Amino acid sequence: MRFIVCIKQVPDTAEVRINPETNTLIRDGVPSIINPYDMHAIEAGLALREKVGGKVTVLTMGPPQAETALREALSMGVDEAVLLTDRAFAGSDTWATSYTLFKAVTKLGFDLIICGKQAIDGDTAQVGPEMAEFLKIPHIAYVKAIEHIDEKNIIVQRMMDEGYDVVKSTIPVLLTVVKELNIPRLPSLKGKMFAKKAEIKKMTREMISAEEENVGLKGSPTTVQNIFAPEIKKDRKLFTGTTDEQVNQLIETLRGLKCL
Amino acid sequence: MLIIIEQDKCIGCAVCIESCPYSAIVMTDEKASINEYCQLCRACLNVCPEGAIVERTETSDIQVSHDLSTYKGIWVFAEQRDGYVSAVSYELIGEGRRLAGELKTNLSAVLFGSSEKEAEELIRWGADQVYWCDDPIFEKFNDEPYSQQFVSLINEFKPAIILCGATAIGRSFMPRVAARVRTGLTADCTALQIDKETGNLIQIRPAFGGNIMASILCPNHRPQIATVRPRVMKRGDYKEDRKGEIIKIRAVNLNSNTEVLNSHKEPSYCKVNLQEAEVIVSGGRGLGNAKGFELIEELASLLNGSVGASRAAVDEGWIAYSHQVGQTGKTVCPKIYIACGISGAVQHLVGMSSSDIIIAINKNPEAPIFNVANYGIVGDLYEVIGLLIKRLKETKG
Ligand SMILES: Cc1cc2nc3c(=O)[nH]c(=O)nc-3n(C[C@H](O)[C@H](O)[C@H](O)COP(=O)(O)OP(=O)(O)OC[C@H]3O[C@@H](n4cnc5c(N)ncnc54)[C@H](O)[C@@H]3O)c2cc1C
Ligand SMILES: Nc1ncnc2c1ncn2[C@@H]1O[C@H](COP(=O)(O)O)[C@@H](O)[C@H]1O
Repeated sequence: MRFIVCIKQVPDTAEVRINPETNTLIRDGVPSIINPYDMHAIEAGLALREKVGGKVTVLTMGPPQAETALREALSMGVDEAVLLTDRAFAGSDTWATSYTLFKAVTKLGFDLIICGKQAIDGDTAQVGPEMAEFLKIPHIAYVKAIEHIDEKNIIVQRMMDEGYDVVKSTIPVLLTVVKELNIPRLPSLKGKMFAKKAEIKKMTREMISAEEENVGLKGSPTTVQNIFAPEIKKDRKLFTGTTDEQVNQLIETLRGLKCL
Repeated sequence: MLIIIEQDKCIGCAVCIESCPYSAIVMTDEKASINEYCQLCRACLNVCPEGAIVERTETSDIQVSHDLSTYKGIWVFAEQRDGYVSAVSYELIGEGRRLAGELKTNLSAVLFGSSEKEAEELIRWGADQVYWCDDPIFEKFNDEPYSQQFVSLINEFKPAIILCGATAIGRSFMPRVAARVRTGLTADCTALQIDKETGNLIQIRPAFGGNIMASILCPNHRPQIATVRPRVMKRGDYKEDRKGEIIKIRAVNLNSNTEVLNSHKEPSYCKVNLQEAEVIVSGGRGLGNAKGFELIEELASLLNGSVGASRAAVDEGWIAYSHQVGQTGKTVCPKIYIACGISGAVQHLVGMSSSDIIIAINKNPEAPIFNVANYGIVGDLYEVIGLLIKRLKETKG
């Protein structure tokens, strides 16, 4: 079976902060990482390959330096890595990104595509399902367990707001996965050696026959108008005095709010 | 919006290169320039000693492919589970009503499956009309039939704006719709506005893990689609006698390659559902151990509230994930939110900052939670809560 795992390189948002005075990101050496959810997607691809055999390809659309992310995936045991990189992809929103990935996976060929649930920089969770629509294949979002797979069908558990559904789908299908699915493996020594010298396949817009008007800024229906710091409430009040007095003030406040 | 480096001002000092989290600034011919990997994060804006890095607002040169003015009205996708319309749909109708007033247009709800009774409820909550398609295929949620039917409705009736809950269902099938009709989709919005000049929908959402907010436009494509977080919009007025029209829709040729074999509901750990609670008492890492939640629970029950938690507390294993509030947990907006031993990281704040009243108890006066709190007590939470519980018990007799 042919598995394609889509991964994205993102800044570690846990370490990104905004300076409220200047409205800019404070970024002291924020490292780039593989989107955490995509680590689970890679693991899912590897685990399924071990079960039914086949080949796992990781694919990313990004700048040349995203090669680092691909090499990390290779060190985990992925067979092949593809970097989609072209100046024309500049400023892609989710529509243009999923269109571009759709063109690339069509070229590569696949049975199963695995994406992370969402990328932590944008948190949109849209690229996977949009790509499935372009491919005219089904998708199942928020997969937390894979119960069964054979040549024709897959049965998975998908997270819902109040529990989970057991869903069966025909193959080909696209899955987006959550962290409950598995624990990503660490790179092996052999994997690291392989990753170091493995060739990364590069693909450009022309190579995947993507029309210019559908990629990058031009292909993106949405635009970012503005970025600003989250709002902070101003009418705050600290209680004062001994703990005893503060608790009394709090109780008075709760009473005033008709909470008691 | 674009960020560019004014080439005549650039002295080639390269200090900006390091500031970019995406490595999108490159040196060519001793001048810096920003390439296509720029994500508009603005990290570089103030680092240039020459002030050569500037923002440009440029209207994009995308050709408007079809006549936008033929798209009219606001739609709310009314999500149903087990036949019942979910709470977020009523919130969206409240918000949709407000936007429709501003644009002087109609508000419609779209309901798949469920019952005529639920469709009538949508009108009482404020919809002018309901497009209702009750084909049995919609009983369980499958992405393909939902998106196929929705796309067909869009093509026929051409709404200008569509709002949908940012729920497991909405966030799964709406991207397919946006891909098919070739329009933008903004995920997980927390505020919506109308641009006074253009009438465009300004969609506001957190990005970078809630560290910054972004406003997003979809100027040249229609419809403008947004998924909106549950519990951030206020419901409108319910009027028993409000009249509206229910338009029955016949299902188009729907097919599905997926099938829901069965559904499992998770038992709720709380007496009161967290997202419906009027009072929430939340505990964080400051509790120090799992036992601390017994105290939180006691306080919550005295106030008839529910128990929330920060991710740190959940990660420590002190309490179940279903209690987690924040970016990767639940969004709540109770009347009163009491944060105990929670520092107030943005990822936590995005989940609770729209609560009516926030009360913080923290021993560190510098904790950011005090920036959003209406009332604060600086002190040891065990001492404060212990005393509080004692007093509350006394007053209750
Ligand atoms: C992608 C991403 C998503 C995230 N999603 C979420 C999310 O959904 N929800 C969430 O909550 N977090 C989330 N986080 C984590 C978030 O960044 C913080 O790490 C977390 O909220 C911190 O929890 P805390 O405030 O309980 O712990 P801490 O930051 O460790 O704060 C503990 C506080 O307790 C105080 N304290 C200690 N002892 C006492 C005492 N005896 N009495 C009174 N006060 C005391 C301390 O002064 C301190 O302010 C996310 C992070 C990332 C990167
Ligand atoms: N540029 C990209 N290249 C490859 N995969 C991507 C890219 N952007 C998003 N994805 C995939 O789509 C998922 C959802 O991303 P998003 O819609 O941006 O939240 C990610 O977890 C990845 O699997």
